[in-house]
Amino acid sequence: MAVTVESLPASTRSVTGKPGDDHALASVFKAYTISATFWLVFGTAVGLLLAFKFGAPDFWAEKYLTFGRLRPIHTNSVFYGWASLALVGCAYYVTVRSCGTRLYSVMLAKVGLWLFNIACAAGTIALDLGYNWGDLEYREWPWPIRLVFFVALAITAWNLLATIARRESKDIYLSNWYIVGGVLWTLVICLVAILPWYQKGLGQVAISGYFMHNAVGMWFTPLALGLFYYAIPKVLNRPIYSYALGVLAFWTNLLFYPMLGGHHFLFSPLPWWIQTTAIIASVGMLVPVFGGGANYLLTMRGRYHGRIESYPLAFLFVGVLCYIFGSAQGTVEALRDMQAVWHFTDFTVGHSHFTMYGFVTFAAWGGIYALLPLATGKRPGQFGMALHFWLATTGVAIYVISLSIGGTMQGLDWIHAKPFIQSVVDMKPYYLWRGVGGILMFLSHLVFVWNVWRMTAGKSGDAPSPVMEPEEAAV
Amino acid sequence: MKKAMWTIFGGALLLYIVIVMVIAVGPAIDLAQTPPGPGVVPLTPLQEEGRQVFASNGCDYCHTLQVRPLPEDVPFGRPSAPGDFAYATPEMLGSERTGPDLTNVGNRRGEIWQYMHLYDPRAVSPDSIMPNFKFLFREVKAVPEGETAVSIPAAFAPKNGDKVIATQKAKALVAFLMSLKQAPIPGYKMNGGMGGPATAAAPAASAPAAPAGGYAYDAAKGKALFDSTCAACHQASGEGVPGAFPPLKGNAAVDNADPTLHLHTILHGAHGVTIGGVAYAGVMPEFGSQLSDDDIANIANYERSSWGNHAKPVTPSEVAKIRAAGK
Ligand code: HEC
Ligand code: HEC
Ligand code: HEM
Repeated sequence: MAVTVESLPASTRSVTGKPGDDHALASVFKAYTISATFWLVFGTAVGLLLAFKFGAPDFWAEKYLTFGRLRPIHTNSVFYGWASLALVGCAYYVTVRSCGTRLYSVMLAKVGLWLFNIACAAGTIALDLGYNWGDLEYREWPWPIRLVFFVALAITAWNLLATIARRESKDIYLSNWYIVGGVLWTLVICLVAILPWYQKGLGQVAISGYFMHNAVGMWFTPLALGLFYYAIPKVLNRPIYSYALGVLAFWTNLLFYPMLGGHHFLFSPLPWWIQTTAIIASVGMLVPVFGGGANYLLTMRGRYHGRIESYPLAFLFVGVLCYIFGSAQGTVEALRDMQAVWHFTDFTVGHSHFTMYGFVTFAAWGGIYALLPLATGKRPGQFGMALHFWLATTGVAIYVISLSIGGTMQGLDWIHAKPFIQSVVDMKPYYLWRGVGGILMFLSHLVFVWNVWRMTAGKSGDAPSPVMEPEEAAV
Repeated sequence: MKKAMWTIFGGALLLYIVIVMVIAVGPAIDLAQTPPGPGVVPLTPLQEEGRQVFASNGCDYCHTLQVRPLPEDVPFGRPSAPGDFAYATPEMLGSERTGPDLTNVGNRRGEIWQYMHLYDPRAVSPDSIMPNFKFLFREVKAVPEGETAVSIPAAFAPKNGDKVIATQKAKALVAFLMSLKQAPIPGYKMNGGMGGPATAAAPAASAPAAPAGGYAYDAAKGKALFDSTCAACHQASGEGVPGAFPPLKGNAAVDNADPTLHLHTILHGAHGVTIGGVAYAGVMPEFGSQLSDDDIANIANYERSSWGNHAKPVTPSEVAKIRAAGK
């Protein structure tokens, strides 16, 4: 199967050539991005409040604002409201363009968006009212609400598959493997998490371990990687370094990722073989991570100077780096000796933000800045993108570094058998720094709102085209 | 053309389903049938209600309910066994310890302490960053018939002199917290993992070598153990909490050449004793089943030599003697 870059259409216009189709696609992409942006701002406002509460535990300690109710609201809104919607919006654009066809159904895309939003809103309200049965991370929403999300996802799968089925080209571009794979796998994940029969006692623990990591590894990761495979070559105006490497990463990702969830329960009473399998799979993940990561970096080779002028590329670049290093960090964390130090500490929270923020969120931003202007014909301001980039990058660096150091101290305090409260006291300065990083991150999201507005409803800004000039043929 | 599409997506989906069956659903079906361990009993309806209050207010995001076979988990109890979770649905093993593990907290803390701590964690743990759960309490002018006011140190009580009483939710929650007591499994060691409870005894070996014929008290260890096991009630200052937990500073049982009452209280707990003319509302839990003779001697000696106390030190063999004498 000789697949070349030719399967990545250079044109930003639909092959059907009908302006109505372009307009419809742009409207879908826009609608998803705007919803996602709303949930980003809402979810991280809650995150910032949580970070503040570590320094002021009595601040807004009322029933509906208590830490334990807001925390799942934060995680679920950024997961399902922000990251999911942002990536699905990009996925629609990528699939349609890379298949050189038009969207199967605009109506289905919009119905899906409504259902996604209804699920997020209902889930938020339910959690705030205390409808949280077991603090089962990332699946705290009552199951009927998760069912709504499932239906929205099924509609998305249908719409994407039907779009791909009507493609003009013979081959299916790699991005679509990841995107459709991600959507199909996630249907399975949602179902496994909802069905009740085996979710009793320790059986449910096995499902929790599975769910926690499959939600990130088989949903956000493939969608973000699929987006990389389209947006990076697009922005650079050159083919992906190695298609074969991308295919290898796809299958190894599928093989190893689903098996590593047990690493959330190392040393727990879960069967030892599940834990050991999880550790081996965590090490195996280095193959797709380094393979895929190298592929992106090699695609960017020689064009690093361009990163400075092109903020879409800068976002994608940080996303790729955090994908590589955040995942490698996860592998190290999964080793039993390291778990003995870091498990249950704030190091883990640092890791979550390194990956879900540094990798997934930056990937979504890179994708939006690279592709939304192509869809709508409107660009953000260069200054707006620069401000967003530097605030977010500095913020997340402070966040992750402070919790990584603090979490290590916390773990060492425990190992040295200090009274527990010592670890709480020792964390206080690091919680403060996390808050400082959080403020910068949150400010960057407000700037992002401004940029999204300019790319959609507002007046187009002064940023150059996201697509860079092609290189000299000689290079 | 269609074929390529179905090969890739169908193959990827099928492979995934197979992996999920093997790694998650299959084991879950099997594990869901784990029988309860010896002494593991279902919760009462009130405790069950409390478990729900725990979940709906997200206590689990800061507290785990699982003990690992690692030395650092020794303060929280023996390693969790599969049979411990037979009745624990939804599971709440948790993934973060912003606060301590609660698996065995019913053995460490009493009801009065729990109410006080929930109302304002800083009333008993000045450095705590746990949020207060005042919304689980009511502040009233006069305590209604059949209710008891929660004792709160004056500095933390309502400024207008109102009394604090627990709501049904708080009572259920405390009933659940008090139910968190591990059923003992003698000599239990899990998974052959690193460390394990066997290491718990190790510090004894690393204690300073006893001088010829004598016993040397490990002051650092005594302080650390006191801070983690006793200070929640008696406070790091040894001054206790007025009305709820007696001071150990200048305490007649502690600052006494005869250690019998002191050691007996630690081993077997106490309630209803009038101390310095005051009857205390709190309950002193028993620590005999949680601490070794050596640990108890270290704690007792720390208490006997701190905050101006000057009592004769005790030895682990004296602890053993009083332990042997029984309650
Ligand atoms: C923001 C994190 C946080 C939340 C949420 C939280 N706690 Fe805590 N909790 C702590 C910290 C930190 C400590 C240790 C300091 C102290 O004793 O207050 C603690 C201590 C405790 C202790 C004493 C444990 C011991 O071994 O001394 C109990 C019991 C407890 N919490 C119960 C609860 C309950 C019940 C809830 C929910 C209603 C809850 N906590 C919610 C952080 C939290
Ligand atoms: C849950 C709270 C709590 C904890 C934890 C606690 N105590 Fe107590 N302690 C009490 C209460 C309440 C009393 C008073 C009992 C009574 O009124 O009979 C008491 C009484 C005592 C007394 C007897 C004082 C006397 O004059 O009779 C001693 C000694 C003592 N505690 C030592 C300890 C030590 C040592 C530890 C740690 C291993 C400890 N306590 C942990 C609550 C606690
Ligand atoms: C302003 C930006 C943000 C701030 C200040 C922030 C803050 C926080 C805080 C305080 C917690 C609770 C940690 C704890 O319980 O100890 C948390 C948890 C979490 N947040 Fe964020 N957050 C932000 C953005 C995001 C984004 C954009 C994502 C994902 C796309 C995200 C994903 C998560 C996850 C997955 C957790 C759970 C961590 C774990 O259990 O390991 N956060 N965040």
